Amino acid sequence: MLETPWPEQVYDRLKSADIRHVSYVPDAGHSKLIQLSIDDADVTTNMLTTEEEGIAIATGAWLGGQRSVVLMQSSGVGNCINMLSLPVQTRSPLLMIVTMRGEWGEFNPWQVPMGQATEAVLDAIGLQVIRATTSEDLVAAVDQAAAMAFGADQQVAVLISQRLLGAKTW
Amino acid sequence: MVSDPADRQLGMDRRAAVQQLLDTRGDALVVSGLGSPTYDVHAAGDHDANYYLWGAMGGAALIGLGLAQSQPERRVIVITGDGEQLMALGALATIAVANPPNLDIFVLDNEHYGETGMQGSHTGRGIDISAIARTCGFAETSVVRTPDEVRELTEHLALSQPTSPRLFVLKIDPENPPRSLPSRDAVFIKNRLRSHLGFNPN
Repeated sequence: MLETPWPEQVYDRLKSADIRHVSYVPDAGHSKLIQLSIDDADVTTNMLTTEEEGIAIATGAWLGGQRSVVLMQSSGVGNCINMLSLPVQTRSPLLMIVTMRGEWGEFNPWQVPMGQATEAVLDAIGLQVIRATTSEDLVAAVDQAAAMAFGADQQVAVLISQRLLGAKTW
Repeated sequence: MVSDPADRQLGMDRRAAVQQLLDTRGDALVVSGLGSPTYDVHAAGDHDANYYLWGAMGGAALIGLGLAQSQPERRVIVITGDGEQLMALGALATIAVANPPNLDIFVLDNEHYGETGMQGSHTGRGIDISAIARTCGFAETSVVRTPDEVRELTEHLALSQPTSPRLFVLKIDPENPPRSLPSRDAVFIKNRLRSHLGFNPN
C-alpha cells in the first residue's frame, strides 16, 4: 500500500511532469484530483460540458507550449472518439486519465456497454492504453504515460480500474 | 420555410469579409474551422501563425481556448462556420466559464452547410449563436451584416482591451467560392505554428 492516497501521489507525478493545465468533467473517482487542481494557483482548470471538449483544449494548449491532462469517466470516452483524431493526426501529446465504470462490482447496467467498450475504442482510434489495478501501478502508469505522451508525442489513456476505485455503493 | 440558397443574399462575400478581419490581425494566432473557413483563411494569405483544421468538427473554438490559455500574451482568433459551432454549443459555456480575455471567435454564418451540398442549418431557423454566447457571458457579441460594419468592428477590436472572450457572427452569402487549399499535413501545420512561437519539434 502507498503511504499517501493515490490522488495526492498522482497529482504529485503530474506536477513533476510540468503539467499545469487540467480539464475535467466532474466525476466521483476523480473528485480529489479535481479539487487539488482547482485549489492550486499554478494550475489552469477547465470545467467541461462534455469530454471531447477536453481533447480539443489539450491539443490547443500543447500548440501554445503547455502540457495538459484530461480527466474523465469511461462513459465519456465514447464522446471523445472523433475529436481524438485531432491529437492523433496532428501527432500532439495527449494524456487522459479515465476512471472505469461498468466492470468490477457494477450495480448500474447502463454503465456496462461503454465501460466494456472503452479499451477497444481507444485502441481503435490509435491511443496507447495503460490499465492500472493497484494504486502502486497507477502512480507508475501516470509517470510513464506522461513521459511517453510529452516525450514521444504519443496519445495515452491511463485507465483506473473500478477494482482500485471500489464499486459505487448504492 | 427554407428557400433556395440561390435566392438568399444574407450579406457579405465571405472571402472579402475574412480578408478584412485578417488585414488587422497583427500578431494574432488564427485557428480556422474545417471546410470553407479554412479555405477563406488560406485565401487571405498563408501564415506561420495559422492553424488550419480539416476535421475535428466542433473543436475550433476549444483549440482556440487551449491556445489562448497557454499563450496569454497573444490574441487568438478563431474563424469558423455556423455548422461547426452548432456542433459545439456547450463549448460556448466552457469558454465563457474559462473566461480567456485574449480569445475572439468569428462565426461565418451562411445559414447552410456549404461543404456538404448547402443543406440548411439551425441558424436559418432562428438560432442566434451570438445571443447564445451573450447569454453564456461573452463580453461582447454582435451580428455583423455589411463590409462597413466589419470595418467598424475591426477598428474597435484593434483599440479595445477586452477582459473576457468575444464572439461575432458575420452574415455571409451562401456561396462556395473556389477552394483555396492549405496543406493537409497536420503535423507540418502544428510544428510550423509551434516553431513560430519558439518551440522546437521533439
